[in-house]
Amino acid sequence: MKISAGLERRLIYSILFIAVALPLLIPIGWKTDISGYTQIAYDLVEHAPEGTIALISFDYDPSTMTEMQPMAEAQIEHAFKRNQRVIATALWPMGVQMAEEAFGKVLLDYPDKKYGVDYVNLGYKVGGMVTIQAMGRDLREVYPTDQGGTPYEDIPMLNEVRRLKDIGWISSLSSGTPGLKEWVMVARDAYGVPVTGGCTAISAPGFFPYVNEQRQLYGLLGGLKAASEYESLLGRIGSATTKMDAQSVAHMLILVFISIGNVKVYITRRRKAQ
Amino acid sequence: MTGFMNLLGIWLSALFTLSIFSFLYKDNPFYKFAEQVFVGLSAAYWLVNIIYSIMIPNLFSKLITDFSGNLILLIPAALGLMMLMRLHPATQWISRYPIAIMIGTTAGISMLRYMKSDILNQVTATMINPFAAETTGGVIGNLLLIIGTLCGVYFFYFSKKQEGIYAAPSKLGIWFLMISFGATFGYTVMARISLLIGRLEFLLGDWLHLI
Repeated sequence: MKISAGLERRLIYSILFIAVALPLLIPIGWKTDISGYTQIAYDLVEHAPEGTIALISFDYDPSTMTEMQPMAEAQIEHAFKRNQRVIATALWPMGVQMAEEAFGKVLLDYPDKKYGVDYVNLGYKVGGMVTIQAMGRDLREVYPTDQGGTPYEDIPMLNEVRRLKDIGWISSLSSGTPGLKEWVMVARDAYGVPVTGGCTAISAPGFFPYVNEQRQLYGLLGGLKAASEYESLLGRIGSATTKMDAQSVAHMLILVFISIGNVKVYITRRRKAQ
Repeated sequence: MTGFMNLLGIWLSALFTLSIFSFLYKDNPFYKFAEQVFVGLSAAYWLVNIIYSIMIPNLFSKLITDFSGNLILLIPAALGLMMLMRLHPATQWISRYPIAIMIGTTAGISMLRYMKSDILNQVTATMINPFAAETTGGVIGNLLLIIGTLCGVYFFYFSKKQEGIYAAPSKLGIWFLMISFGATFGYTVMARISLLIGRLEFLLGDWLHLI
């Protein structure tokens, strides 16, 4: 039976659709190994002393929240677990809402954490690299108030923070520009603050070279898999872990499709040659 | 009322998701409608965002509260107005000045940063003792890093014809490049499937309450 190219395409989409939907409905519970990149990112937070003030920059928007939001929740939870304090900023306008949503979810398990004492949302600032450079000189100048309009001086946890160098570690969760690269270039390479981060799977290969001997990046969370690895390290089954079953099934299916395609091309060429 | 608005939002979101997915079958009016609404909403969102998140807090508020203390802000404000002159053909030439300043400033700031982060630090990161690693895997990894970098860079060396012995590193460089393209493709697939998972999770969970 000969299947037309159009029908073949639709068939592939339908099978893929079902293959992704089924594990979401009936979770399989496959385990994933921890990669070196995730372990380094985890260790940075784990080994930072209690009371450290960390900065998480939410440099993404809802279009990539499937991959990025689990990373944000895992890193906030990790910081809270280690009694560290978190400053949230955003180089993307909708990052502010992403931060609010992530904190809202984590706070359900940490109801004793207080706004202004344990965490603060400074909101969005335009400017990318220039803004980070200005934060390196004076954080208050860049953020005179927090997202809600409270003056910088009136936020207790910010009394200890004047500039980027006063921050223990920085994480940029980034799905484009401005984002992780700008944080590496300025916060790490110019001011020497340890920078880690997460990105969508599609940009991960571009960031791996920064995890090097120079420690431009302290590990990297690349896509949903890394988010699920981070959740495993925290010892919990989070949203990324449940989605990884669907991811793995889809990958296997694509491998099968590629193999079938190659066999088909091989057979067609052989027939033509004969 | 909030409950109703939430429900309406979820149904609209589901409708638009399915409309976009319908393109996989073939181009149709539902897809076109969803696409046009998305373009229009995005444009409107960015306009409002620029006014409320950039113009008002960074310019208007500061000038209103302390005009004499923020006189310097009149320079970017004037440059912004000059940029708008682009809209009128007779005054279009004026916009070249703010564009020139913007390009010059961006190039100046970026040049130093890129030079340090993407060239100096990256080159330094390959100047390592490959045998200093604690494990055999680490040593192999370090050797691959050095050989891969050298061969990859050599592939883009065009000042001498690459033939005979000179072609060997180039050929090895192609292998390294191909492997990196394969890894990039793998990650791209992962990212695209993640997007599909996100939408299906919404449809099956928030909309149909099946998960």
